[in-house]
Amino acid sequence: MTNATTDTPRLAIKGMRKVYPSVIANDGVDLVVMPGEIHAVVGENGAGKSTLMKAIYGVIRPDAGELRWEGRPVTIASPGQARELGIGMVFQHFSLFETLTVAQNVSLALPGKFDLAALSTRIEEVSERYGLPVDPRRLVHALSVGERQRVEIIRCLLQNPRLLILDEPTSVLTPQAVRKLFDTLRQLAAEGVSILYISHKLDEIQELCHTATILRNGKVTGTCSPSQETPKTLARMMIGEDLPVIHHGEPAAGGEVRLRIDGLTQATEDPFGINLKNIHLEVRSGEIVGIAGVSGNGQQELLKAISGEQPLAEKHAVQMCGISVGRMNAARRRGLGMCFVPEERLGRGAVPRLTLTENILLTAYRKGMLISGMIRFGAARRFAQECIQRFDVKCGGAGSEAKSLSGGNLQKFIVGREIMQEPKLLVLAQPTWGVDVGAASFIRRQLLDLRNSGTAVLVISEELDELFEICDRLVVIAKGSLSPTKITSETGVEEIGIWMSGLWPDAEVAGDGTHVA
Amino acid sequence: MWLKFEQRPQPSSLMRYLSPLIAVGLMLASGMLLFYLLGKNPVAGFRVFFLNPVRDSYGVAELFLKATPLMLCAVGLSVGFRANVWNIGAEGQLLVGALAAGAVALHFPDSHSPFLLPGMVLAGALGGMLWAAIPAWLRTRFNANEILTSLMLVYVAQLMVSWLVHGPWRDPDGFNFPQTKMFQAKALLPILVEGTRVNAALFIAIGALILGWVFMNRSFMGYQMKVAGQAENAGRYAGFSAKRAIWLGMLVGGGMAGIAGMSEVAGPVGQITEHISPGYGFAAMIVAFVGRLSPIGIFFSSLLLALLYMGGEQAQQYLALPSSISNVFQGMLLFFLLASDVFINYRPRWVGRRK
Repeated sequence: MTNATTDTPRLAIKGMRKVYPSVIANDGVDLVVMPGEIHAVVGENGAGKSTLMKAIYGVIRPDAGELRWEGRPVTIASPGQARELGIGMVFQHFSLFETLTVAQNVSLALPGKFDLAALSTRIEEVSERYGLPVDPRRLVHALSVGERQRVEIIRCLLQNPRLLILDEPTSVLTPQAVRKLFDTLRQLAAEGVSILYISHKLDEIQELCHTATILRNGKVTGTCSPSQETPKTLARMMIGEDLPVIHHGEPAAGGEVRLRIDGLTQATEDPFGINLKNIHLEVRSGEIVGIAGVSGNGQQELLKAISGEQPLAEKHAVQMCGISVGRMNAARRRGLGMCFVPEERLGRGAVPRLTLTENILLTAYRKGMLISGMIRFGAARRFAQECIQRFDVKCGGAGSEAKSLSGGNLQKFIVGREIMQEPKLLVLAQPTWGVDVGAASFIRRQLLDLRNSGTAVLVISEELDELFEICDRLVVIAKGSLSPTKITSETGVEEIGIWMSGLWPDAEVAGDGTHVA
Repeated sequence: MWLKFEQRPQPSSLMRYLSPLIAVGLMLASGMLLFYLLGKNPVAGFRVFFLNPVRDSYGVAELFLKATPLMLCAVGLSVGFRANVWNIGAEGQLLVGALAAGAVALHFPDSHSPFLLPGMVLAGALGGMLWAAIPAWLRTRFNANEILTSLMLVYVAQLMVSWLVHGPWRDPDGFNFPQTKMFQAKALLPILVEGTRVNAALFIAIGALILGWVFMNRSFMGYQMKVAGQAENAGRYAGFSAKRAIWLGMLVGGGMAGIAGMSEVAGPVGQITEHISPGYGFAAMIVAFVGRLSPIGIFFSSLLLALLYMGGEQAQQYLALPSSISNVFQGMLLFFLLASDVFINYRPRWVGRRK
């Protein structure tokens, strides 16, 4: 299967070691990537994948170990040098300037003169060829997470890399777009490009990758050919034990309506935002409703309308537990029993420079943490410690700053904080984005438990597998409109995938098709 | 080769607290260099500037007297600064507070009421708050930048003081000097130590520092201000009102500045003149930042800035240097503080020029 044209590895790493003050991130890691090979790097959060990739891309300096690039020993001191060697990387946390346009962002990473017009044309070509639609003139701050990731991928591809590192690239794509991306990656590999593919989706790795290196606690626990393995054996290598099976259980029928969206129509103030069109939705106690869709189709606008971050003019368009909340801000809606996990963790779900204890206060202060306007830090600390323990948040303790946590661990912390408030209605955006398999499965199990105890749960996700795993009912959002609701067991990935393009029966065929993949 | 600044992954928290001391050290060193360049003996210059002012108990009392309005203004400003509310018009709020307190004093020339002084404190606070409410309203209603509006209102306040003391409020028996009547004895703050000018406003200032500490570190509203300053989206996510943070930041800053104005006219000045404040409202911003926006830090940095004011006077007397030398020292202090903060957050590195 490997298209190795030569015996010299493109990249060979021996004995890589990197020690941080509190943790050994990489401990004698070996990795060999051949030309034209698609090589998966698999492991849980904190297993050392990101550290390894950062060392290859020159972001950090390893403490020990040898790195050979096409047979030559090299020291990669900076990302610039890595790019000169021919290494491109798509980060999980994006490195884009929010105030610049897509084309301007791409031009910053490219050597040579600025020619935005020509560059825009090239971006459009690449985005067309690889099925990554994005408008080069849009400002990055107005893009959704999924669209930003597309920009990152395009930016790398424009540099004609010989080794492409992709960190969880598919989590924001439709199944059809994932097919397209895989075709692209296979095409790149056939052209001799080596690909390092970090993912936790074992089925994707099995389908796409020639080789897999599995990391656990900073050490390599195995190298295998994924097509020879089963998801179960891969998972065991990764987490050291078998994954628990999720029992979905029967939905409790006929709970009370906790969230009703009744004809919500909202024009956006953002020139690149999406207008919400006549949205109707009900979420009842004891059920999980999923909203599928490609990012940038109105999810952010809908979430802000539900959470109260963007109060509405029309009072009755959003109702919670029978009360019209359209004009209420987020705090008053929380007072009615709503909790919300946003898609951005740092800066929205948590304040980076505050400790975990202080971040508990952000939303959980109603849980007995205030006495006449004064903070009871003891109560907040106990809540934080319990959250850290129950949700297995890897950190230095309740006094750690939020920004010192890895993305997945911070997500566990935020999900834990919201779940522990025992909400009547829980709204989540991308609950397991960038979270490892073990933790993602844990979060999903918690959501099911919450549902079984009578909470109404609304999940907006771009991961279809996840929605199919946990949801009782599914709807699709496209171009700011909602599709009809489907009972999960009565539909399939294919149908939902087609609906994600806005093509459900009786759908209004809208004019602007630019945001749909 | 060129110099490049790279962000440090984890800025040292020790250095964050040391950097004001480093800034003071650098200010002293370059101050002595400045004395040398001006043809003065640097050691003698240092002695005149920094030691002379506090060589006796009267000098120490003067130090606390001058630190009082700085503490008051700075602790009020720090509340807003934590929430990214940039009120830089404390000088104007101080003046309007002084006018309001002075109006009460001049309106009751014969009162013996024990409520006269508290009434003046209240009037001062309300005057400052009124002046700060204008930029707060412009910001929340029209999204007008409070940096510009609050600064412009300083000049309006200065002209208003000038007009009043030249016109309607001028002392008819004052030989046409632009000043009001002297306040009656009951409208003056009690002196704490006989033979000095340090007065009860120092207690108000220390009380304000303690209240400020409790507010910022223990109250939920103070926490909301911190969140608003550090992550606006997180504040919106939690449902904290951004408008309330702006109003509170502006009003606390204005109210405190107004009390500082009252403490000047009812203290060392004793009347309203055109020279109530030698720029306390502006210097208070330096005090707030050198004190790391914390009340404990502000206590010490206000003493330092007060010393710079006194050193300037001494330098004028004994070194034949213009008194604006204290502005030069203030400027150097702020410059070195900001510079050392850059080094705390960024690491300089020489890199080869790239093609």
